[in-house]
Amino acid sequence: MAITVYVPRDTTARALDADRVAARIERGAKTRGVDINVVRNGSRGLFYLEPLVEVDTPEGRVAFGPVTPGDVEPLLDAGLLEGRQDHTLALGLTEEIAYLKGQQRLTFSRIGITDPVSIEDYTALRGFEGLKKALALSSQTIVDEIKTSGLRGRGGAAFPTGIKWQTVHDQPAGQKYVVCNADEGDSGTFADRLVMECDPYMLIEGMTIAGLAAGADQGYIYLRSEYPLAHAILNEAIERAVAAGYLGSNILDSGRAFHLEVRLGAGAYICGEETSLLESLEGKRGLVRAKPPLPAIEGLFGRPTVVNNVLSLAAVPFILDQGGQAYADYGMGRSRGTLAIQLAGNVRRGGLVELAFGTSLRELMEDFGGGTLSGRPLKAVQVGGPLGAYLPQSQWDNPLDYEGFAAFGGVVGHGGIVMFDDSVDMGDQARFAMEFCTVESCGKCTPCRIGAVRGVEVIDRIRAGEAPEKNLVLLADLCETMLDGSLCAMGGMTPFPVQSVMQHFPDDLTPRQAVTAGGTTC
Amino acid sequence: MSHASSPVADAWTPAQLQAVIDAYQSTPGAMLPLLHAIQDRFGFIPEAAVPLIAEALRHTRAEVHGIISFYHHFRTHPPGRSVIQVCRAEACQSVGSRQLEAHVKASLGVDYHQTTPDHEFTLEPVYCLGNCACGPSIRVNDDVFGRMTPERFDQLTDELSATVLEVK
Repeated sequence: MAITVYVPRDTTARALDADRVAARIERGAKTRGVDINVVRNGSRGLFYLEPLVEVDTPEGRVAFGPVTPGDVEPLLDAGLLEGRQDHTLALGLTEEIAYLKGQQRLTFSRIGITDPVSIEDYTALRGFEGLKKALALSSQTIVDEIKTSGLRGRGGAAFPTGIKWQTVHDQPAGQKYVVCNADEGDSGTFADRLVMECDPYMLIEGMTIAGLAAGADQGYIYLRSEYPLAHAILNEAIERAVAAGYLGSNILDSGRAFHLEVRLGAGAYICGEETSLLESLEGKRGLVRAKPPLPAIEGLFGRPTVVNNVLSLAAVPFILDQGGQAYADYGMGRSRGTLAIQLAGNVRRGGLVELAFGTSLRELMEDFGGGTLSGRPLKAVQVGGPLGAYLPQSQWDNPLDYEGFAAFGGVVGHGGIVMFDDSVDMGDQARFAMEFCTVESCGKCTPCRIGAVRGVEVIDRIRAGEAPEKNLVLLADLCETMLDGSLCAMGGMTPFPVQSVMQHFPDDLTPRQAVTAGGTTC
Repeated sequence: MSHASSPVADAWTPAQLQAVIDAYQSTPGAMLPLLHAIQDRFGFIPEAAVPLIAEALRHTRAEVHGIISFYHHFRTHPPGRSVIQVCRAEACQSVGSRQLEAHVKASLGVDYHQTTPDHEFTLEPVYCLGNCACGPSIRVNDDVFGRMTPERFDQLTDELSATVLEVK
């Protein structure tokens, strides 16, 4: 009987040489005359341990990591294939690794366990159970179940998903669409990518259920072009799902239809904004639309459209399978269910942490993250992507939930946490926020298009020592103008990181010469 | 040192372009899939494609040009043999991407959006590759590399140049 060895195939594992690790394991086993079966599974999301090699044993799967190609021979000599735990990279039973065991994985329950494109693996772990239940329900009952779950849009805006679905459901019958926003552009986020690369059928199932609820028979996944591997895996999964009858014109012989297609973006951050995304899908420049009309009423090609983030749709199969209440039992206040937190940047143990809402940043960064990778003191944390505020130490004890964060000007956003040690120059970070907006603004509204350019100039003047006090007043005023006058969150939130630097790290937003001359500020 | 131009980039004819365009004529929202198909096939979007696309999708040439220029991904000139993208976003900044970026530019002798004189490498900025727990990250064609250092970068570009020479 062949021994099963798992070597992940997601972008991060491969970026850390997993392909060569897999090849060397196969070669080493062959040399030793051991019959093995290498499965390229998804990642468990424990990126600090990637490439994380697992071996099937009678006690369960045991893990080794992080494994470099050079570690393979010594590991094989130390009995990796027998699951022996003598080597320093041995981690014991995978499920017992504290980082993983301490999580509440509702959405990410299968990642890393399965071969991402194997339908058999997916259905063996309750895959498509939600869809089967949904096929037996009325569309209104499906919408009600989502409402009961309390699920809110995980892309960042946190709009109640059930209400959005209800709006599309209530539009007169005719062509409707389900669009998945997979334009995961926020730095520090990779949860959408993990869904698509490690458990793509979950997204397919979630979108199909959304189609049944809303009365839509066509779905599009708008995927960013920066994710070529997710593109290939999604396309393969869709092809297999069609062949197995989970997608197409007669889903599981129910007489109901749902067709799904992946469309690639083209490197525009703004296309993560839903109306810009719809313009792009229609084949135009990704200019933001004014709302109303809401996409739920006039969306893609002018038709009613459900636009949801990957994580929102990925939560749907669990909700339909286990019931909305089972999901709502997790969380705090009006933030129900779990949040996919992504620990990134200068972090010792980076990766995906799925937990009920309500954990504090400090717990996440210290207990899970283990502090900074550099070992230097943590200085600032950016939560919620490039449009999120930089949080100083005084705000790290706040629990992560939508309302709690909004109360002090924080943004939960897509759940990305980017940590910076004390070597960071926060003035550079403030400048970058404005610079990013100059590169990525769609250009439709003036505060964003021009404001960002002026923002870079003003920060440069402050740092060059040109009337810094007057220019700081000007910068504050510019931030207010962008906040109040922009059409969408791009211009409207770009000031958040800048203002947070002005408020919490004012010493970094001073003339550079003064700082380098001996740390004094003027 | 290789002086031959990229074999992919030059291999287009009006008839080949038209064949790609025709394949998308009945696709809803065909513009982006069509532009991707052209760039994937020929390495860039030739100027000559603009009037053909405009005709096929009933746009003005100005509109087609406006769409191509809006998206960072699309290019209108042939790239080098390898396109290198360096992540400039915050998570990579926190682990030294600014220094890496400076090294990459100095090492290749080009700035962003430029191609080395030997047509080996085109350098582009990118804002996030989704490898944010293991940065700094770069992408070479469709492969992502994590925990990149200046030394590893030099090694990588040496290997890439060497591979091309061996093939010849």
